[in-house]
Amino acid sequence: MKKTILTVDDSRTMREMLKATLLGAGFDVVQAEDGVHGLEVLEASDMPDVILTDINMPRMDGFGFIEGVRRDQRYRSVPILVLTTEGEPEKKDRARRAGATGWIVKPFDPEKLINAIRRLAA
Amino acid sequence: MDTMAAIKQTFFQECEEQLVELESGLLALDDGSSGPDTVNAVFRAVHSIKGGAGAFGLEQLVRFAHAFETALDLVRAGKIAPTKPILKIMLSAADMLADLVRVAREDGVADDAEITRMVQQLESVCGMPTSGTAEKTPPSKPNAIVSSDDDFDFIPIQISLEDLIDAVPISQNCFQVTFDPKPGFYARANEPALLLRDLAGLGETNVTCDTSRIPSLAELDPEGAYLAWTVKLHTDKDEKTIRDIFEFVEFDCEITITELASDEEFDTAAFSQLLSVASGQSDMPPEPVEPKLEKLAAEIQSRNEEANARKNEGAKAFNQAGATIRVDLERVERLIDLVGELVINQAILSQRVAEARIARSSALAMGLDDLEQLSREIQDSVMAIRAQPVKPIFQRMSRVVREAADMTGKSVTLQCDGDTTEVDKTVIERLTDPLTHMIRNAIDHGIEKPEARLAAGKPETGHIRLAAMHRSGRVVIEISDDGGGINRERVRSAAISKGLIEPEAQLSDEEIDNLIFLPGFSTASTVTDMSGRGVGMDVVKRSIQALGGRIAISSTPGKGSSFVMSLPLTLAVLDGMIVSVHEETLIVPLTAIVETLKPLKNDIYDMGGESRVIRIRDTFVPLIDIGRVLGYRNEAADPDECVVVLIDLEGHARRALLVDTIQGQRQVVIKSLEANYRRVDGIAAATILGDGRVALILDVDAVVENANVRAHAQTNNVPLLETAAAE
Repeated sequence: MKKTILTVDDSRTMREMLKATLLGAGFDVVQAEDGVHGLEVLEASDMPDVILTDINMPRMDGFGFIEGVRRDQRYRSVPILVLTTEGEPEKKDRARRAGATGWIVKPFDPEKLINAIRRLAA
Repeated sequence: MDTMAAIKQTFFQECEEQLVELESGLLALDDGSSGPDTVNAVFRAVHSIKGGAGAFGLEQLVRFAHAFETALDLVRAGKIAPTKPILKIMLSAADMLADLVRVAREDGVADDAEITRMVQQLESVCGMPTSGTAEKTPPSKPNAIVSSDDDFDFIPIQISLEDLIDAVPISQNCFQVTFDPKPGFYARANEPALLLRDLAGLGETNVTCDTSRIPSLAELDPEGAYLAWTVKLHTDKDEKTIRDIFEFVEFDCEITITELASDEEFDTAAFSQLLSVASGQSDMPPEPVEPKLEKLAAEIQSRNEEANARKNEGAKAFNQAGATIRVDLERVERLIDLVGELVINQAILSQRVAEARIARSSALAMGLDDLEQLSREIQDSVMAIRAQPVKPIFQRMSRVVREAADMTGKSVTLQCDGDTTEVDKTVIERLTDPLTHMIRNAIDHGIEKPEARLAAGKPETGHIRLAAMHRSGRVVIEISDDGGGINRERVRSAAISKGLIEPEAQLSDEEIDNLIFLPGFSTASTVTDMSGRGVGMDVVKRSIQALGGRIAISSTPGKGSSFVMSLPLTLAVLDGMIVSVHEETLIVPLTAIVETLKPLKNDIYDMGGESRVIRIRDTFVPLIDIGRVLGYRNEAADPDECVVVLIDLEGHARRALLVDTIQGQRQVVIKSLEANYRRVDGIAAATILGDGRVALILDVDAVVENANVRAHAQTNNVPLLETAAAE
């Protein structure tokens, strides 16, 4: 079974990079453009195996999105990776408190990203 | 690698959008029209550019975006107020960011010192400690080692197998790892089995699970954590690698890693048994569920229904979100091309039907009428795909205004109206240069110095208005300033001293104003830094005409000047007058035509050689024999058998084109001659007519120039203005 990854990022560049990387590693990819859209897409598609989300986004940021996902019983056990810029420990901490499982430092190293996803998705 | 190149392309496109967002946000902050989310949007724009730039290793861009972002973060956090001086610096920073993006796009390298200067400006204005030198480059390289002061942070280090082999002598280490998750571990959707699997991937493991803390069912908290594991690991990796596996869960579990002095016995069978137990385990210990089964089933049922309901809602929202799509420009162009063919084909068909003398009331002819209508509508809709609002280019002008105002020491505000007006993408792209030049001119020559303005009883700050609107199937763009207006005396004397007009020529105000469009005209006595860069208004006029547009000027001394450009909505079709010359069919762009008339032999005067002029009312206009200029025939055409098409050139100059007959007026689809054949002097493009024949579209300016060259070859006395000739 192919694993499905939901990526939430407002930057088209980042979305394309994530998509290329994840497709290349044999994952299915579902994408959303911000937190609100992310929750909508989550409802509309099948359960993703891992969620990857940016923090800084319009309409609803990553923290709000993670909280929204975790509030929903169905998604409590979906691992969530946040994409953070380095040198932002307070963001990482806030994301963790919101319920994030792990984090990837941007600009991400494709290999590291895939490893992290493999570690989270059985 | 192709994918990366494509993504990089996307990145630069996105940068353009972010830059527009950034600038309009900063401007909104500046004029007080900002909303609560404006600062965030501005911050995000820079943040996004930085993120993408980092991914592509664009160091300078990352470095500058980082500093900019830091400053914006202070504004966002409310630590500094976005005052005018600060916004001014931020706007210049936005300009620099735009420059850096452009440099990066062209694979160039920007001046580091300049970046540093701007970074320092940002830092000082925001009260940050100035970095002084370029040393404070943020760690931007992918996989850079992050040096973080916080004691709880982990340090990501990229370790490849080769590095390890080189760095660590290959030897079997033996570690004992104890791993005791807390409830938060599960709350964040971690899975112990996966971590154990990762550990097992490092070498041989021996895993024991401590189940001693599992309470009785009644006391069991379904979200509690009761299991702990001890793993003995034989590996050639070091402790760091092991710790990396627990990277995300460091704070949600107790982990100890101890290196054991000697290898101990390893029970593979026990390990695999344990691993299978672990893999079968979910995030909570197994729990006898039978008593609860019914209750659970009911709950699952209701949850499912709830989920389905939400899923439908979500799908609806999703559909709405997908209201726009991005399409490759090439596909649109192909579509436009095909629709053009369709229109031509439909015209051919109509003509054939007409030739076959089929009654106009017949079902066939009526069906064809419907088809014609439909083709037109399709054509219009397809053209609309290429249409884009003029907003981005208008916004770019605010930078031009800022820079020009700074350079001249004048204070100028720009007002943009109608920036949602849509125009063909190509038209928009080719408008940038003329607009830039006109705005620079308006600031350099139009707007007075602050003291002069005050003396004239005007507000100190000059005002430039840029407006776009649709008017009768064309786009009108207007640039007006409230400066001093055109100094007609100076324009006139400059034109005389440059030999553009005769000293005694009688010119109306309008004609004097139009002199500034003549090639080689420039009134600025000192070549200024900006507008005196060699291009004049003649170039502006030429580029507007190349777009099938016209430009007009009006000016009131002391009150200001106004330039009005009228442009076609699209470059794919053209309204043309179909004429024949020596059995060839040509098309004269309608925008150039002033009037058509039947010449009288008496009105035509021979000027020697090939040159002739025609008297039209009380002016003399040089007559251009199209048949001769294009080489269709060698002898002069007989005016009695010809028609004159009067056209407008730059500087209000007029020419009379002599053609054989006028066939009519029609919208034609422009086909590139260059792409299909080769460039032909005097011909702008080609089209296919209803009868299937190719017709050439005249490049009026080039034809006139050719005629001038021919005339110059014979006489040196060709007046540039018909009024001059009239004397």
